[in-house]
Amino acid sequence: MITTENLTKEFDTTLAVDRLSLEVNEGEVFGFLGPNGAGKTTTVRMLTSLISPTNGTATVDGLKLGSQDKEIRQTVGILTEAPGLYENLSAEYNLQVYAHLYEVDDPDGQVEKYLRMLGLWDRRHDAAGTFSKGMKQKLALARALLHEPKILFLDEPTAALDPESARLVRDFISELREEGRTIFLCTHNLDEADRLCDRIGVFKSHLLVVDTPDRMRTQVFGRKVVIHLARADESLGDELTALPYIHEASLIDRKLVISIDDPEAHNPDIIRLLVGKGADIQFVGELRRSLEDVYLQLVQNS
Amino acid sequence: MNKVKTIIRKEWAEVFKNRMVLFTIIFLPLVFAILPLIMLGIGDTLGADDFTSEMPAQFTGMCSADLTGSECFQVYMVSQFMLLFMLTPLIIPINIAAYSIVGEKTTRSLEPLLATPITTSELLLGKNLAAVIPAVLATWIGFLIYAIGAGIIVSSPNVTRALLNPMWLLAVIVLGPLLAVMSVNFAIMVSSRVTDPRAAEQISAVIILPVLLVFVGQISGLFFINSTLILVFSLIIGIIDAVMIYLAVRTFQRETILTRWKS
Repeated sequence: MITTENLTKEFDTTLAVDRLSLEVNEGEVFGFLGPNGAGKTTTVRMLTSLISPTNGTATVDGLKLGSQDKEIRQTVGILTEAPGLYENLSAEYNLQVYAHLYEVDDPDGQVEKYLRMLGLWDRRHDAAGTFSKGMKQKLALARALLHEPKILFLDEPTAALDPESARLVRDFISELREEGRTIFLCTHNLDEADRLCDRIGVFKSHLLVVDTPDRMRTQVFGRKVVIHLARADESLGDELTALPYIHEASLIDRKLVISIDDPEAHNPDIIRLLVGKGADIQFVGELRRSLEDVYLQLVQNS
Repeated sequence: MNKVKTIIRKEWAEVFKNRMVLFTIIFLPLVFAILPLIMLGIGDTLGADDFTSEMPAQFTGMCSADLTGSECFQVYMVSQFMLLFMLTPLIIPINIAAYSIVGEKTTRSLEPLLATPITTSELLLGKNLAAVIPAVLATWIGFLIYAIGAGIIVSSPNVTRALLNPMWLLAVIVLGPLLAVMSVNFAIMVSSRVTDPRAAEQISAVIILPVLLVFVGQISGLFFINSTLILVFSLIIGIIDAVMIYLAVRTFQRETILTRWKS
């Protein structure tokens, strides 16, 4: 759906995006993570034909960046970092303007559909400037969807929103995902990325890694199993380390933390061994590192 | 063309909510129409025979034979104010264009707008017309008020004819719109280049200076506006407009505006 090859953007002497090669599949929610100033917004602007790359190529829904910019802009929807609404105009009029600019077949119908869908229909006559941040963000999201774009670029959709509004926006993004739209999501909210994204790209001027959140965890930290014991027994750790498929095993308080590649295959053997050695097992679980840990590890090591 | 219409309607919906802009559009042409009418009223009541000696000889020569001395003086006095009608199409577009373009940036609405399939030409044409049409209409309506008022106030049909001569009709109908186009494109160009919205508004106002200079030149008797001068001005402004439109499109670089403008 989106393909970039060595996409590069330089501003005077600043290299904002360095040889980005990326593929985003149809119907996928792709999280684009990176620190402030990493070049995420610049990438989104290039992919939405707002600015042109210095080097490299890209296609968006098969349309070539640079030669089919107008078509690309008709195909994609964008939620910019700031809602950028016409604050003196009503919510309905804000959307009508865009429905006409996108040459939507039934402008009034589409405006009503999205105002209702996002719970703004009752406030449609109110000036956008009187809306709360969450409502403005929802209105901007509605604006991005009016022309039913196949691909949606969302730049920090929940930034500066209170938890309730952020939840509403996230739920709506989930609904869009279920509709099969391709979503390119730039966010600093790693929990949000973890919950919403099929794959994640960590970016800092250049692409550090692309994968699913789970595989990324495994790649960065490996897989770890935690076994809660009723009593601490130092010798159990040594017994486990002797097993060829266990990389490391350590006892912390009454918890055995085992580093292992394939817990699904080896956990039954481990449990049998521990029980045979007289261990009283209370719980067994996987130590799941947060995406934040993974992200920080990647960015700090870059 | 639909996109252009959408931009025009959007601009008007937004701009006319701004009281300052609305005040300028309504108040300015009214003042500029009423000032010469007051002068006419005073001249008509007093009888201006005593002041004919005050008129520059150049102007006396321009007065037609069917005007008496006092009628010629009346025409002379009012002619000083006629250039005000040339200020209206300059001032109003600056207000609208400065608000509509710089305003887009300050509210950060330009990025989603530029992300639509609208072309730069469509966007600029929409913004141009949104600023030019009210300015031209305000100028014409102001002049119409003046013309009707002059017809009522002035007792001599010769004076009325002299005041509504083809020269001023040419100025209002042809030169006025050309000045408005120049003004709005200058404002667009400035807005596209500078990084500070306030600076854009202030620099754009510079465009009024040439007309003010002509105004001062006429008042001080340096020269008198006649049909030839109006035609020459129209031609020059027409050429300037063509250059300005070209430069406005050239300087309206989406990328520069998005990445360098600070709100």
